[in-house]
Amino acid sequence: MPSRVPFYAGLATLVLAGAVLAWLRHAELGVPWLPGEDRSVWLVEARVDFRADGEPVLVSLDLPRNPPGFEVVSEQAASPGFGFSMVEEEGDRRGEWSVREASGLTTLYYKAQVVRQSSGDDRGEAPPPQQDIEPVFWEEPQATAASELLAEARRHSSTPESLARELIKRLSADRPDQNTRLLLDTRAKARILKQLLNQAEIPARLATGLRLEDARRRQKLQTFVELYNGEQWRFFDPESGEQGVPDNLLLWQRGTKSLLDVMGGQDSRVSFSILRQTVPSLGLASSSEALGDLGLFGLYQLPIEEQGMFRILLLLPLGALVVAFMRIMVGVPTSGTFMPVLIAVAFLQTSLLPGVLTFVTIVALGLLLRGYLSLLNLLLVARISALIILVIFLTSVISVVGYGLGLNPGNTITFFPIVILAWTIERLSILWEEESAQEVLKQGGGSLLVAVLAYLLMQDPIAGHLSFNFPELHLIVLAAILFMGQYTGYRLTELHRFRAMSEPD
Amino acid sequence: MWIKPAALRRQGMLGMNRRNLEFIGHYNSRASYPLVDDKLRTRRLAEQYGIASPRLISVLRTQHDARAFVRSPDSPARFVIKPGRGAGGKGIMVIQGRSDGDFLKASGEQLSRTDLERDLSNILAGLYSLSGQPDVALVEDVIEPGPDFTAWSHEGVPDVRILLFQGYPVMAMVRLSTHRSDGKANLHKGAVGVGLDIASGRCRHAVQFNHRVSHHPDTGHALNNLSVPDWHPLLMQAAWCYEATGLGYLGVDLVIDEHQGPLLLELNARPGLAIQIANGQGLLPRLRHIETLSGPHLTPRDRVDHVIEQFAASGLSNGGNTHPPHA
Repeated sequence: MPSRVPFYAGLATLVLAGAVLAWLRHAELGVPWLPGEDRSVWLVEARVDFRADGEPVLVSLDLPRNPPGFEVVSEQAASPGFGFSMVEEEGDRRGEWSVREASGLTTLYYKAQVVRQSSGDDRGEAPPPQQDIEPVFWEEPQATAASELLAEARRHSSTPESLARELIKRLSADRPDQNTRLLLDTRAKARILKQLLNQAEIPARLATGLRLEDARRRQKLQTFVELYNGEQWRFFDPESGEQGVPDNLLLWQRGTKSLLDVMGGQDSRVSFSILRQTVPSLGLASSSEALGDLGLFGLYQLPIEEQGMFRILLLLPLGALVVAFMRIMVGVPTSGTFMPVLIAVAFLQTSLLPGVLTFVTIVALGLLLRGYLSLLNLLLVARISALIILVIFLTSVISVVGYGLGLNPGNTITFFPIVILAWTIERLSILWEEESAQEVLKQGGGSLLVAVLAYLLMQDPIAGHLSFNFPELHLIVLAAILFMGQYTGYRLTELHRFRAMSEPD
Repeated sequence: MWIKPAALRRQGMLGMNRRNLEFIGHYNSRASYPLVDDKLRTRRLAEQYGIASPRLISVLRTQHDARAFVRSPDSPARFVIKPGRGAGGKGIMVIQGRSDGDFLKASGEQLSRTDLERDLSNILAGLYSLSGQPDVALVEDVIEPGPDFTAWSHEGVPDVRILLFQGYPVMAMVRLSTHRSDGKANLHKGAVGVGLDIASGRCRHAVQFNHRVSHHPDTGHALNNLSVPDWHPLLMQAAWCYEATGLGYLGVDLVIDEHQGPLLLELNARPGLAIQIANGQGLLPRLRHIETLSGPHLTPRDRVDHVIEQFAASGLSNGGNTHPPHA
């Protein structure tokens, strides 16, 4: 047996390197060890995609300006080869990218770090400029419909606010009446609401904003309506009728200015990604240089879209650690070595109870169906393929039934790795034929147990925080896994398996 | 329900982790695995070293072969079907006779031609092969263990497992199928495991479901009368398998045919740990003894002689470590 010294020295180096790097990051960059709500920074990224025509290009994107309830602590634009500047005009802030010549698909990024500001809310109490009452033009038959709808809402209201509420109630009714349907066919709800308010001589304008929710990708701005009641602006959500700016809403623009203008390009679109970070704002404000040395290991520079993916990816080592521990030290049988980790990742999306219920239901029904498949006398590859299709059917049926019963949002089920499920069913089914139902319960239960444990570790906020903000800690996880790889002691289950050895000879 | 790790260590029980790391990982070269994972290659190899296997009737390689075999009126009435790359006895079917075109399994169950064809097609598609690779099906002669030895087992043929470490047969057991195990020889399904004295092939300890038993639950025979016939030739056959494969930690499964003597069933590069329970004794002292031998024994005969001298049941209560290493 070769000497183990170099091996353990290697392990110690890994642990030390992980610990030192993490400590440096903590000390130098001020990344906190524990997740704290109060210091959280929202990273908002706007991504502009367009196809450049090979001519001079000017892209102009509306940017948030003093959004109520938030403070923009830093902003930057990532744009290879483009010049970038911020322009203020008429109380409006726009980011402008320009380049002499560009062609092909082009992507520009604007990133902002915003922090929640709890101090007073001056929510744009400026007096209404006159142009906020635009003359309203409807075509027939919409004109009649609009007048009737407005007249009816007026009968049930007294103030501009209550009028707005009545209008929203009618526009958002489950079964809108004929007038409303006529209007809804022509334009978006927010625009109808604004026009109806204008028609009633109430100053109103559109506003767009972004709901800040952690790890969202490809989001669109939501449109809201503001009306002026003679003293101040009132904010309405045309979908829910909710009044006031929601707490988690980052107001992006007010008024009717365009969000995005692209000259010299086509097919332009803008989408938003959002991520919550626990890095203190000060550390980020001076981030560009400070990140220089340690930045190599930092994931903050990546586009936010990818950061969100890395969050999940960096949780996988924890799942692998749980699997290694349960298999090597405890000796729990699982069906497929790393199947439990993938199931655990699916649980992260569905949350535990619905996830476990769905998993058990799909596997149980799958086993039944697989029983019929085996009667058909099929070749192996065809059988697995058929099983994959059946599993997809099953997930669809469960989604629809679940949605109908209002049990859980059905779409979360699609996060389950279908192919893995199909193989699991096939393996368990063979186990059933070859061994016994008891063995199926043992392995299926073992897999589920490991998946749940992996899930419990991976969903822990501290684990998530550490694994993403201190990726070097994974060196320690690696060392732990390598250490277990050399463990020659008994497994916990062997203490049960070999119990007969304690009987007197 | 549980036993302390210290107690297991005292008895020299080998655990799964240590087996994988210090024995399989250390003594078995991956390159040699295909020799034992593919029964057709094992059989050819064994033949070169004079190790006998059950007679091969035919090899079915394609769905067409399978169909032709099942439909042919010339097919033998009694035969055994084995997946070429199966492990642990999976996919093995024993056909004991025919009635009206149907096949009769050892358990008395009837298989129609379609049933058998489906089973063969599963084997060919790789259902039992370790990596899911396409496989072949071997058709072999049925083994006749002889009336004396058959009586020990309920259905099924008793098979002898010998654990070979660096060519030394270090431990042995017989597996007797029972009603509970459904004619199968797997201990965890309820087959009786009978630990054998390595010197004589006589029973020294027997267990079913991890508990010591003195009689076979179905046949009622007193197990301590069990003695494997032709023990010495059988040990020699097993010991030669080391020469054939070069695998240092090897499980050799043999059966005894009344007319042909010991026949090699299969080799296993990852033999299980249950042999220790059957023997009521841990493997480690014996394995360590072999590891510390100063001069290796070069021929199978020398190695067999050595273990007979070292590990004989009489006077040895706890493996071979109480004796000084054989010089």
